[in-house]
Amino acid sequence: MLVLKRKSHEAITIGDDIEIHILSVDGDQVKVGIEAPKQVEIHRKEIYLSIQEANSEAASVDAIDEALDFLKNFKHQ
Amino acid sequence: MEIQTKYFGVMTIDHEAVIDFQTGIPGFPNETAFVFLPLEADSIYQIMQSIHTPELAFVTVSPFLFFKDYCMNLNKTVMEALNIEEEQDVYLSVILTLKRPFKTSTANLVAPVIVSLKEKKGKQIVLDGTIYHTKHPIFQSSDVEEEDDHACPKKKIT
Repeated sequence: MLVLKRKSHEAITIGDDIEIHILSVDGDQVKVGIEAPKQVEIHRKEIYLSIQEANSEAASVDAIDEALDFLKNFKHQ
Repeated sequence: MEIQTKYFGVMTIDHEAVIDFQTGIPGFPNETAFVFLPLEADSIYQIMQSIHTPELAFVTVSPFLFFKDYCMNLNKTVMEALNIEEEQDVYLSVILTLKRPFKTSTANLVAPVIVSLKEKKGKQIVLDGTIYHTKHPIFQSSDVEEEDDHACPKKKIT
């Protein structure tokens, strides 16, 4: 991993079209501004990881036949 | 075309039914083509079946059937990526995680699946700054508290 030291109001460029700005630092909290092409998806990592996990879990359901029978029989109100 | 499915064996599907997920979905970046198959005739549940991986299939449902106040905004980037012009073009669903006992099954409300019916393009999007998460129980009373009928509930920024 590349490690750079930056101060508040300094920035980093990645490639031609991505900029990361350090907007402010307050204790252990850093406010970061990101400029990137809109097709570049930017997510808080823990949220993205939780979605990857949820997808993996949803895909690996066992006893699925029983579950599907339950869904078929469950009368939705 | 014929595909092997997780729940229905070999099926013949129309090319037109294949939805292109250009960048895959989180956790499955190489899964770029899915088809939506109803669990049974008139079922509210749709099986989101990978075209290329028979064992990869998700159970999906419209979030509004379980969470009537579900609220999300399609941002411009997603609208453009999927060539969505009008909301009627959109099929919106959420992925369920079925569990035992089944009453504890959950829905992933933070990452709905958006499909442009016209363009046959789909994407699982990640909502930002919402109160939703990946595991809302579907058979219990909603744990989503709505604050305002006209605005999506937002997470308080800390």
